[in-house]
Amino acid sequence: MRSIIRFETPVSIYAHASAVGGAEADGPLGALFDFHDPTDRFGADTWEKGEESLSRAVLNLALSRAGQSQDEIDLLFSGDLQNQCVASSAGCGSMGIPYCGLYGACSTSCEGLLLASLALSASRETRRVAVVTTSHNAAAERQFRLPLEYGGQRTPTAQWTATAGGAFLLARANEPTLDPVAPRITAALVGRALDSGVKDGANMGAAMAPAAADTILRFFSLSGERPYDYDRIVTGDLGAEGSALLVELLRENGLNLAGRHRDCGVLLFDPLKADVHAGGSGCGCSASVLSALFLPALERGELRRILFLATGALMSPSNLLQGGSILGIAPLVVLEAGKPKKGGTT
Amino acid sequence: MNFDRRRYLDRVKERERRSPLFKNCFFAFTFGGGICALGQLLLSLYLYAGLSERDAGTLVTVTLIFLSAVLTGVGAFDNVARVAGAGTLVPVTGFANAVVSPALDCKSEGLVMGVGAKIFAIAGPVLLFATLSGAVYGVVYYVVGLFL
Repeated sequence: MRSIIRFETPVSIYAHASAVGGAEADGPLGALFDFHDPTDRFGADTWEKGEESLSRAVLNLALSRAGQSQDEIDLLFSGDLQNQCVASSAGCGSMGIPYCGLYGACSTSCEGLLLASLALSASRETRRVAVVTTSHNAAAERQFRLPLEYGGQRTPTAQWTATAGGAFLLARANEPTLDPVAPRITAALVGRALDSGVKDGANMGAAMAPAAADTILRFFSLSGERPYDYDRIVTGDLGAEGSALLVELLRENGLNLAGRHRDCGVLLFDPLKADVHAGGSGCGCSASVLSALFLPALERGELRRILFLATGALMSPSNLLQGGSILGIAPLVVLEAGKPKKGGTT
Repeated sequence: MNFDRRRYLDRVKERERRSPLFKNCFFAFTFGGGICALGQLLLSLYLYAGLSERDAGTLVTVTLIFLSAVLTGVGAFDNVARVAGAGTLVPVTGFANAVVSPALDCKSEGLVMGVGAKIFAIAGPVLLFATLSGAVYGVVYYVVGLFL
């Protein structure tokens, strides 16, 4: 799909929830997340199983907020960073909801929102769709990098996989029972996997920045809009390094983001307090920050329209050892505030 | 999008923040030197206790490996190494940590396929090539000995 997908009936995010681990809860957004576990275990005896229970817990919280049970959800899109996205399959995927596992690295949250909106637009019978994404620092480090207790020094460009998860419940905005305040997805653009040639697993921001720039440029060229038509342009986890590269790439292509750019990976941690180097990353990073920070701002009417593009570094250790590079991808959705509350400020 | 991969990679290299070389060298020297001083102190102690020079030397290595393994086990080693860098990596302490940390990590996968299969995930290349070069050196030593 090269063109922008405009949803004839917008899709509402009518309930959502977020949860994080200890380091993320100590960060600047700590108080905004719905719950956290300082041990990062989420009641399980291994890190991997902890991520499974995190995945179930965030979905259950979103369901309870909507006053619904899992049987009322028609379809579930969920993904994480573990092999075969097993944290999702064994986590929320095993709750009996028809389920599609997603793997878009850290872009999974946006990929899920995009696919859920497509599913709701394609079928009348599909009324409620859930999207859940999680990541776990310990599970990801073990799988992709080095043992947790290994005594090495990370480079300043390295990012920190966040222990975090987010769950979103979506329905067509014309469902009569929905709260009209709920933020809506009105359009989406599928990202292109872009090979920037970066082979450094400790500089994923650089690997993702060209993909984000590509999607943003395509979006503005296809829509004819300009960055000032949006209150925020939110990327998933480019980190400090990737964010700077994104702004430079866009400027070279004649697009100025005019101070509207925010990056969830940069927002999640305090660089002076946490030893996270260039910032947070992981599927849960953008999902939790979207649920804790940006969706509430849309609900309160403080923001009216934002572009949300989660960025994925499609990194495989064996591919890197075989001389491959890290491909980047960045799907995009347009999020708009719902109808303002009567008497509320906009 | 106007995107030149070569130019982009040059820019990434040029603008990426480098590791603080002076600071890292300073801490590597201080911690590495401290570990060596500790080794020297242990050597003197063992010699004082009446061990032969050869046994005392071996026991110093064993003690340092033991201390690194315990510190890795209680989760302190990586916090020290984050600052010390090469200071803890280069002495035998780094090698001990490279063996103990994957063993700790993989115990959730069981004793055989977890710890057993993955304990040398990092140290494996060192063990393999050290053994191999030892064997090559032995053959060379033997052949040269035949002619001298």
